[in-house]
Amino acid sequence: MRKRSNVTAPDERAQQRRGYWRDNLRLAGCCLAVWFAVSFGCGILLVDVLNQVRIGGFELGFWFAQQGSIYVFVALIFFYAWRMGKIDRKHGVDEED
Amino acid sequence: MSLATLTYIVVGATFALYIGIAFWSKARTTGDFYVAGKHVHPVANGMATAADWMSAASFISMAGLIAFLGYDGSVYLMGWTGGYVLLALLLAPYLRKFGKFTIPEFIGDRYYSQTARVVAVACLIIISFTYVAGQMRGVGIVFSRFLGVDVATGLLVGMGVVFFYAVLGGMKGITYTQVAQYCVLIFAYTVPAVFISLQVTGVAVPQLAFGSGAGGGESLLAKLDRVVTDLGFAEYTSGSKSPVDVFFITLALMIGTAGLPHVLVRFFTVPRVRDARTSAGYALLFIAILYTTAPAVGALARLNLTTTIQSGPVGAVDGNLAYAERPQWFRTWEDTGLLAVEDLNGDGRIQYYNDADAAFAERAESMGWQGNELTVDQDIIVLANPEIAGLPDWVVALVAAGGIAAALSTAAGLLLVISAAVSHDIVKSWVARGISERQELTIGRISAAVAVLLAGYLGYNPPGFVAQVVAFAFGIAAASLFPVILLGIFAARMNREGAIAGMLTGLVFTVGYIAYFKFHMQPLGGNVKENWLFGISPEGIGAVGAMLNFAVAIAVSAATKPPPAETRALVERIRTPR
Repeated sequence: MRKRSNVTAPDERAQQRRGYWRDNLRLAGCCLAVWFAVSFGCGILLVDVLNQVRIGGFELGFWFAQQGSIYVFVALIFFYAWRMGKIDRKHGVDEED
Repeated sequence: MSLATLTYIVVGATFALYIGIAFWSKARTTGDFYVAGKHVHPVANGMATAADWMSAASFISMAGLIAFLGYDGSVYLMGWTGGYVLLALLLAPYLRKFGKFTIPEFIGDRYYSQTARVVAVACLIIISFTYVAGQMRGVGIVFSRFLGVDVATGLLVGMGVVFFYAVLGGMKGITYTQVAQYCVLIFAYTVPAVFISLQVTGVAVPQLAFGSGAGGGESLLAKLDRVVTDLGFAEYTSGSKSPVDVFFITLALMIGTAGLPHVLVRFFTVPRVRDARTSAGYALLFIAILYTTAPAVGALARLNLTTTIQSGPVGAVDGNLAYAERPQWFRTWEDTGLLAVEDLNGDGRIQYYNDADAAFAERAESMGWQGNELTVDQDIIVLANPEIAGLPDWVVALVAAGGIAAALSTAAGLLLVISAAVSHDIVKSWVARGISERQELTIGRISAAVAVLLAGYLGYNPPGFVAQVVAFAFGIAAASLFPVILLGIFAARMNREGAIAGMLTGLVFTVGYIAYFKFHMQPLGGNVKENWLFGISPEGIGAVGAMLNFAVAIAVSAATKPPPAETRALVERIRTPR
């Protein structure tokens, strides 16, 4: 429904909520793709391939499995929290009080 | 001052601190008792969650476990941290918005069903008691090793302290003691790790020392690989588990972590939805400090231990440590039984190698070795660290206090969710609805007290299978609670019938599979790879249980009538922060 002056408030709010939820799902989906890639991807499925690469004293696959994935997890949660804050504000559902 | 006196003083001081906090943060309302009045700062909640989560097993056993598993130990590192990503993105903010007190309460409200709530309570109690028995055992063991008192006395003291702050302070008391306990345990963990790193590699930061050189142009890990394969052990940096099994164990531990009630409930205590998101980030940051240090400690200690025993080339007569010349820490830990030597070939030297490896065993025999002579308990890696590094006694005392802090903080968190489930989900919502808030608070305190006693009993008298069923807690959390909570938020169409059918399927399948292989109920054969479903070990089966739960829940829900309008409204409400 177009945004017009005679549109009822509940409809508009429902549409706003749908938009918010879609943005949220997209962000969470991207973050989970990274989550999967660093742990199950680099740390497990591709570990032998990545172990051909050496970074300092580490074989890369082994590093992802025992160090790198954990660093990425931490960064990922803070990134998600920061972006969600923006999405909350964009859709006017933030709890600024 | 003797080590024992010093340890008494350090441990005693931490106990006094915990009890002081309990007085300061006495719970006055059920809101205080269940969710600390929802006033906990996200950073404080992050620390409390970290202490809640990191148990005696994380503190005492994990580095050792990894030291002997090598790459395969990664399942614990990734599994027990990756779960926080799921928690932060998929569960915590929505549960906070829901805004009531317990996980079964969410399941009961979302699925408009007392049955669903009771099934959730049953899962919660099984998960938490399995877990808490291990914690109390840990308290007893640390006491007996460091303070020389017997396990029973150690347990009684530990129970007394937990009793005090959990019963008096509820969630409020637990939260602030956990913050203190986190500080104690992380300090106690990192100090010896830094010194060990400095000694072996000259680099102070364990995470960097892990990837640095070990002299002679060789990296630490390359040297470790060489040293252990020379003795017939599997290469440290590549595992021996199949990739399928590693994949599923990691997944089961991640989903299980995200479904553990005592962790989930911590996110009910922060003031706002966005605090729940950042708080999960802080929790994982604080956990990661220990979890990225542990594999470094494991590798350093394994190298240290192996080269202490195999001090020269393999095969040279004087290549092995003479028993009479063993270092002091070796003697100390022999007394506790965590290290044991049996001179099988009577040459007065210690041979430490993998006698299960057929090819190497043959070579060993030609050198006059008659079997591996050293047995090492994995716990020694962390416990003996300060002595191996030659650190002063106060560090040893600190490690004792850290181990106790790790065990007590986890035990208290578990006991609280058990008591909340009893007083709030069983008594208040079902058995005696009419009771006042005051009465509910009293019942909460009584059930916390009973849970402490029961946990103490289980810790003193662990059922023979406790060690075997750690997989249970994670498997059940993964297969029963996680899917229905997730669907409750993300699938508005999910109904009561689907949720109950899903939970029961996941629960029965997972418990059945683990019991089949772990309790010797296997008419078809033992707990070996060939007999496992798709090559997935009992530790990893919770992931399959969770998938079954999802599949059954969705199918049953699609075939039955949709949830009522109020439920749809509830889902709408929890999806937005405002």
